[in-house]
Amino acid sequence: MSTTTADLSADPGLRAAEEAHHRKMRRLAWRRRLLPVAGIGGFIGLWAFIVWFWEVPRFVAPSPQLVLATLFERWDVLLANLVPTAIEAFAGFTLGNLAAIAVATVFVHRKTAEEAFFPVVVLINTIPVVAKAPILVLLMGNGMEPKIAIAALICFFPTLVNMVRGLESVNPQAMELMRVLSASEREIFFKLRLRNALPYLFSALKIAASTAVIGAIVGEWIGSTYGIGALIIQSMYNFDSPMLYATVIVGSAFSVLFFAVIVAAERYFIRWQPANNA
Amino acid sequence: MTAAVDCRNVTVRFVTDRRTVTALHDVSFDVEPGGFLSLLGPSGCGKSTLLRVVADLVAPSSGTTTVFGTTPAEARAARALGFVFQDAALLPWRTAIQNVELPLEVGGARSLPPGAPTPKELLKLVGLEGWENSFPHELSGGMRQRVSIARALLGGPRLLLMDEPFGALDEITRDRLNEELRRIWAETGTTILFVTHSVYEAVFVGEQVLVLAANPGRVAARVAVDLPRDRDLTIRETPEFIRIVAGLRDAMGRRAA
Repeated sequence: MSTTTADLSADPGLRAAEEAHHRKMRRLAWRRRLLPVAGIGGFIGLWAFIVWFWEVPRFVAPSPQLVLATLFERWDVLLANLVPTAIEAFAGFTLGNLAAIAVATVFVHRKTAEEAFFPVVVLINTIPVVAKAPILVLLMGNGMEPKIAIAALICFFPTLVNMVRGLESVNPQAMELMRVLSASEREIFFKLRLRNALPYLFSALKIAASTAVIGAIVGEWIGSTYGIGALIIQSMYNFDSPMLYATVIVGSAFSVLFFAVIVAAERYFIRWQPANNA
Repeated sequence: MTAAVDCRNVTVRFVTDRRTVTALHDVSFDVEPGGFLSLLGPSGCGKSTLLRVVADLVAPSSGTTTVFGTTPAEARAARALGFVFQDAALLPWRTAIQNVELPLEVGGARSLPPGAPTPKELLKLVGLEGWENSFPHELSGGMRQRVSIARALLGGPRLLLMDEPFGALDEITRDRLNEELRRIWAETGTTILFVTHSVYEAVFVGEQVLVLAANPGRVAARVAVDLPRDRDLTIRETPEFIRIVAGLRDAMGRRAA
């Protein structure tokens, strides 16, 4: 048998096939990296062409070059306004998700609480963000608090739903095992349910990372004088389209960064494959 | 001598919206300490339910069960029993050895009784030396079930309950694990209750076979397996083996007809 394997590894046909496979893999890896770059580049090129060809006026839409220049020239203003938005988004993200995890824990252990309060949660979730914002501004004044509250509210619902699913969708035989081992509710929660819920939680956190930023920005639309949201409104009223676009880019760049941090945390914390048959 | 397991007139009924199902009707049997009893029957005959009554996972509607003279609940609290499920029920975020160690971390902090095999030794016993730090998704189905057997053996339980443990595995793996289970039984001296719906498996692993019939689940026959203690798979071709299998088929068929 061992001679057969030795013969195989010396076989030139096999080596050629292996090399062809590696070449194909390398090509695919480059494709994966280059295609998105080409897509974004093409999109910006098309944008520049349209603005140039139809001579779109500056107050309607800027050229990409102008936006880039604005990004560099007004970097200080943009950064000064990003900081409060980032703080609001981060604080709202933390509060909203912690609250969702706490409520999910209660729901899983007290079915009565879930049946009584879940409809209330659904009801609050049906109110659009743009409608929640004025209500919260009236309630909490014009500081950071209402923006944090909006960001928190917007994160709360997806995390709650996912977390309840994750805590409940435990392998029934693993639950029986815990019974056989006389495990307490507390042990079942920390050793089984919580770990089981982690992949579900991270799916929700990835959604929440971008929606928290949206929440903070929408909050700043209502009578705020600082932040990315306020800057967007001001630029629009001033017909300052390069500044408007630059602000939007800064806001989305922050969202992408936030999302990437959550993805990195997910890779760090979840090293197993959430296979159900394990 | 106290029996390892003694079930007397156990009846289990499940009430659902539409009807009441009698899963087990007036089931009585016992197993002597160190015995190996196969519970054989078609699906729906309540053999898994019976195992769960012994493990205190299902409360019987009537009848009494004792495990080494104590109630199932007391036996469970004293860690006198280990349970192996059909799907290995490993925690996917724990390595093989961490899964075996789980029983030490729950149900009140525990340490291994003096002289009891360590998790590492148990993994060696089930043939997984060198795989301690692998995650379940890196193991084959058969290896996962070996980990789950090692976990059930931690702390040296006097009774091992196995619920179709090899039912989801391919035949070759299943045969090999059947042989190894005989060896583990001989080495540990644990009493084993083994649920299966395969006649061959029931006869090969067991010293005794309890045949259950369905609708309602009840005892149809009890057959002693008169085969040498030292068995390998070739024994399945001997006339004695074939005779026992034929006898069991007869006992099952007569009831079904």
